[in-house]
Amino acid sequence: MVTRSRCYLRSAVARLSISSPLDVRLLDKGMSVGEALAAFNAAYSEAGGVVSFLGKVRPDGDVQALELSHYEPLTLPGMEKLSENARARFSLDGALVWHRTGVMTPGEPIVLVATAARHRRNAFEAADYLMDHLKSAAWFWKREKRRGTWRWIEARPQDHLDLDRWK
Amino acid sequence: MGVRILFLGPLQDLAGEAERTVAAPLDWAGLLSEVGPVIAEQLQVERLNIACGGRVLADKTSLVAEDGDEIALLPPVSGG
Repeated sequence: MVTRSRCYLRSAVARLSISSPLDVRLLDKGMSVGEALAAFNAAYSEAGGVVSFLGKVRPDGDVQALELSHYEPLTLPGMEKLSENARARFSLDGALVWHRTGVMTPGEPIVLVATAARHRRNAFEAADYLMDHLKSAAWFWKREKRRGTWRWIEARPQDHLDLDRWK
Repeated sequence: MGVRILFLGPLQDLAGEAERTVAAPLDWAGLLSEVGPVIAEQLQVERLNIACGGRVLADKTSLVAEDGDEIALLPPVSGG
């Protein structure tokens, strides 16, 4: 079973509440990166280290937009299970895993991962582990728009090699 | 009510629609004949998964969908 949020933490500096130890969300618009990280940092004041990764839409040549679709009954539960695995495997104090869906333009955030742990190595590795799995094993389908035409993006062989690192 | 079939990701373009409702019950052979030859060929690909009632089937050929069930046809996910 996926561990559900146990409590909500609100700090004076962060206007946003996050659930602890795992805060996993699918966002259909926008992402308040700064506020999320402030709230996360405040929630884990006992952690020795906090690592964060922000994935953005690459301004890649003539890419106009990226669209992510998902399947509600599988995508969020899958992200929750993944986060719980990361928490257990790397002895995390907590993790934040936020993923956008819908249409995004170059430069916009797609995914935000933050990990808090007693020691930095665990926080770094957990963030890396979460990203490799979100990219290759989470239920998302992407298509990009170039010169007015949408095209579906297929998995790259590198994605599977990235996953194999954790086996 | 019937069985609702959802076409995810690139399958949506191939199917020309996002979903379709067909008569229950529906098994693997029934699904293949309902979706037409183009989608049926895609369904045979090993890396294409099928979820029924929110669960991914370990063996998609064992599909048994009852009245009111939702089936999702899940192509391989996109990478980086």
